Amino acid sequence: MNLKLQTKIIRRSFIEMMGHLGIGHLGGSLSIIDVLVVLYYKHMNIDPKNPKMAGRDRLILSKGHGGPALYAVLADLGYFDKSLLLTLNQSNTSLPSHCDMNLTPGVDMTAGSLGQGFSAAVGIAKASKIVKDQARIYAIIGDGESQEGQIWEAAMFAANAKLDNFIAFTDNNNAQIDGNTSNINCIEPLDQKWRAFGWNVIVVQDGNDVEQIDKAILDALTVKEKPTMIILKTVKGKGISFIEKLGYANHNMSITKEQTELALKELE
Amino acid sequence: MYENMEMRQAFALELEKHMEKDSRICIIDADLSGANGHNGLHKKFPDRAFNVGVAEANMISIAAGMSSYGLIPFTATFTPFATRRVCDQITISCVYSKQNVKMIGSDPGLSAEFNGGTHMSVEDIGVLRSIPNIVIYEPADNTQLVKAIPQIIDYYGTVYIRMWRKVTPDIFKDDYQFNLFKADVIESGSDITLFCSGMMVDKSIKAAKTLALEGISCEIINVHTIKPVDVETLVKSVQKTGCAVVSENHNIVGGLFSAVSEALSLHYPVPMEAVGIKDRFGQVGKLPFLVPEYEMTENDIVLAAKRAISRKK
Repeated sequence: MNLKLQTKIIRRSFIEMMGHLGIGHLGGSLSIIDVLVVLYYKHMNIDPKNPKMAGRDRLILSKGHGGPALYAVLADLGYFDKSLLLTLNQSNTSLPSHCDMNLTPGVDMTAGSLGQGFSAAVGIAKASKIVKDQARIYAIIGDGESQEGQIWEAAMFAANAKLDNFIAFTDNNNAQIDGNTSNINCIEPLDQKWRAFGWNVIVVQDGNDVEQIDKAILDALTVKEKPTMIILKTVKGKGISFIEKLGYANHNMSITKEQTELALKELE
Repeated sequence: MYENMEMRQAFALELEKHMEKDSRICIIDADLSGANGHNGLHKKFPDRAFNVGVAEANMISIAAGMSSYGLIPFTATFTPFATRRVCDQITISCVYSKQNVKMIGSDPGLSAEFNGGTHMSVEDIGVLRSIPNIVIYEPADNTQLVKAIPQIIDYYGTVYIRMWRKVTPDIFKDDYQFNLFKADVIESGSDITLFCSGMMVDKSIKAAKTLALEGISCEIINVHTIKPVDVETLVKSVQKTGCAVVSENHNIVGGLFSAVSEALSLHYPVPMEAVGIKDRFGQVGKLPFLVPEYEMTENDIVLAAKRAISRKK
């Protein structure tokens, strides 16, 4: 599969969904589409016809507000009908703003209160070790989310428990709701922090480049006795120039019909 | 059952039996495995019993993740750290996410004794009780706890077990029939209902004996499950007695008194009095000092019962 082309297809689907609603968490969803595509279309052992397949690989989107990006991927894979994407956040939808495992087929953990999904992912990786099923557990956290103390509680435990079945990603776009992460409450040096917590760390200089992401995952899969943190240097709002230019203001933003058309044109 | 044994020991012995039979059951501690009597479980089940260190928030969300994998994790720490400290993790990771986590909070209320005000949970039931669908259970003695454990394991959902650590007076006989969701009528009576949980059950039984000497007939009901509260049994009793005292080892704001008041105000209001911690924090001390200091003696129940009866029309 041409992963690069697939990211374009998912971005188009994502923009159509958000354009239909007119408002949402665009920036942080666009910045993780590339890693989602590499995971779901190349690496993960999953079955969209059997979303709860035992022993499957799992992806926990701890930055739960990135849900719409995940929904675009899950719909494309056939977990549910693509027409559902246009129900995002509307009454009685199965696609809420933040991921809900009880509403959306294919969502492996509920998230929305930052930090908790990451601990749950560590629990899932630990559970996989307990039942010895060889599953791979993936998690995506935000860099703003990394200000939560719970992330570091989970980091410490995952390393001590030698969870080498666990590969996590930081969507390091240096932007959070109120401003740039480096200005609000700087989390750097992030790679050194994760190493100090006992993790194998890989920094991907272009975290929106599918080849670089793929290579990092392939490297991580060979590591024994340690969980891996892949720090993705990403761009919030990646792929749509007028959204990228907004910077942190694209965290939760409105998008008009005209802007939707403009964005879709850029993705042709 | 397990007479004169510390409740933590009784719990550990029973959980061991269930862990032997059911490989889904796990136990997670947060640096209080010794205090809660779980070290034997850690030795016997090294894969399924582990310690996350002093990181309660992580413990609760890890348990939720393990539950999503089909395991049945128990978590354990002292009551304040099992509840108010991790209220959001319980709410979102466990209950909102419909997970199957069994959370033990030990040393409830005054029983924290020398650990003092920081560890003395006057509010643990209160902070959890407004979470939709959570189950809150407070054992009265070892016999009841032993019968409750398999029902808690079989029930799918998040349960908070507010558990005494040390020796408690024996209340129930071995042939006692327990239902997690039905309050227990310990004694039938006609003049007043004494609703009680945890350490206040024994005191309510003793208060009833004193009141009987004065010709007052008490119905004693152990409301072991505070959420969901057994409205049917509560209402049936006060329809007969016409008034009640609620005794609890918790702030009277937000705990059992509130749960009973809410249920009866909706279905059958009667004069009620409360025996419990009256909106104060805890402090260091042993129970012989603390119980009278917080007006939670048998005699306080007797006096409250007389007030309630005098308010009957």
